[in-house]
Amino acid sequence: MTSTVRVSDVTKVFGRVEAVRGASFTLGQGELVALIGHNGAGKTTLMKLMLGLIRPTRGAIEVLGDNPAAGEFAGRRQLGYLPENVSFDPALTGRETQAFYARLKREPVAKALELLDAVGLGAASRRRVNTYSKGMRQRLGLAQALLGEPRVLLLDEPTTGLDPELRQTFYDIIARLAARGATVLLSSHALTELEERAGRVIIMNRGIKVADGSIDELRRLARLPTRIRLKVAGLAPSEMPGWAPQDATCRRLNGHIVEIDAAPERKIELLHRATAAGNSVEDVDVVPPTLDELYAHFLRQSEQAP
Amino acid sequence: MNVLIIAAKEVHQAIRNRWVLAATLLLAGLALSLTFLGSAPTGNVGVRTLDVVIVSLSSLTIFLVPLIALLISHDAIVGEMERGTMLLLLSYPVARWQVLLGKFLGHLAVLAFATCLGYGAAVGALAATGSQIDGDSFLAFAAMVGSSVLLGAAFVAIGYLVSALVRDRGTAAGICIGLWLLLVLIYDMALLGVLALDQGRSISASVLNAMLLSNPTDAYRLINLTGFANVSTFAGMAGLAQTTSLTIPVLLTALLCWTLLPLGLAALAFSRREL
Repeated sequence: MTSTVRVSDVTKVFGRVEAVRGASFTLGQGELVALIGHNGAGKTTLMKLMLGLIRPTRGAIEVLGDNPAAGEFAGRRQLGYLPENVSFDPALTGRETQAFYARLKREPVAKALELLDAVGLGAASRRRVNTYSKGMRQRLGLAQALLGEPRVLLLDEPTTGLDPELRQTFYDIIARLAARGATVLLSSHALTELEERAGRVIIMNRGIKVADGSIDELRRLARLPTRIRLKVAGLAPSEMPGWAPQDATCRRLNGHIVEIDAAPERKIELLHRATAAGNSVEDVDVVPPTLDELYAHFLRQSEQAP
Repeated sequence: MNVLIIAAKEVHQAIRNRWVLAATLLLAGLALSLTFLGSAPTGNVGVRTLDVVIVSLSSLTIFLVPLIALLISHDAIVGEMERGTMLLLLSYPVARWQVLLGKFLGHLAVLAFATCLGYGAAVGALAATGSQIDGDSFLAFAAMVGSSVLLGAAFVAIGYLVSALVRDRGTAAGICIGLWLLLVLIYDMALLGVLALDQGRSISASVLNAMLLSNPTDAYRLINLTGFANVSTFAGMAGLAQTTSLTIPVLLTALLCWTLLPLGLAALAFSRREL
């Protein structure tokens, strides 16, 4: 796997605020990486550093072979960026805006205009941008980010303001790009959306990278319990079935559901015990820790660490 | 190439925003009214009308062209940063100096178009009403239009420098208005006051020259009012024209410096800026 973005021990200080503190990671070709964290955790700062819009106080960054802090920009022809609150010159139409950006990337204008249809801007592309709603501006923002088959895509909160249908299309598009070898780094608050899609998650807290890995790796690291929900027939309202383990948290959810917090390695054992006890178990659900829970866990952990 | 793409977009936007139309109409309207009303004191008989027009138009230019130039340039950088469009533009494969130069060429094209067309209307009207225009006058007129564009270029560059340095648009606008007042109105008055007080005791001719060159509007005024013999007669500057050592090349160089220096500094400030 070839790396496209390399961030080495980067610190960025704004006045007295340390927006990013000693962050290091490497992003490879074909990776779809979710960058998550609170507002002010340093997500946008990291992207701006990768673009050379700001320079690191310490550390080094390399993007597609360029050092953005030194003003090198050759690789930016193959880079797409969607800022958090994207805005365009209000006097131009969507098509004119897209054509302008296509020229800057030396992309054929006709091909660039097709992207407007791909993001569903369609007829609105002939209207001036100042008549656009937030969602339509976001669509135009996506269309320009996708110009020229980018090898690196930096998307800052890309799905805010998009309707569910377009969200789906959007994730399809970036999954296709990642499959072709593009590196996609996207920051978002919509953790449930990312859970199924991101191959790797980087969690930031107050400028520090607190976790980095695939969701499965993070689950292993976090050691959060998997919840097993069993629908059990014939139990009294507050009674626990006899096979329920003494050393794990069990609770009754409603009439006949028992929920057990199982440590990752005890899942199978607990299921065995439940099914071995006869046929009182009618249904079973296994819920691994969600990205939301992992995120909360890593934040707690980093807050407790000095 | 990038420079031209950005310049073309600036022109496109200026047409869309009616900047081009407004500036052209303003300059043409004032040029035409000066042409016809301004000739009243001299009458129309035996006077080279175009020379009179040059005198009055160049005085108008000193007020108006810097104002228009500062209006279009003061938010070129800080305004785009505030609106957030600069963030996206700089994520493209363009250098910051290319962005600045592209904007400069675009804005200069708009200004040049408005000046040529607006002032050209005055010549057209004179020719249409049957005034005699000889070659000398026409040359002086062309020089006036050309130097007006150069004066505009200087103030566009000054506007960029302000725009690259300040934090928000309001500040940029305030500073630009202040600069306009200073360079267009206050400087000359102060200079006159100092000269009157000094009575020629300590301010030598070379110091005075330096003082005149350190204000782009004075360089412009001298080009047009003393540069051409036929014009300087009407401007009441014939005496000065014969004694001054500031030749047209020197004055043009001064105007060019007033363009290139702020532009270079603006590029430097912009390249260091974080956004």
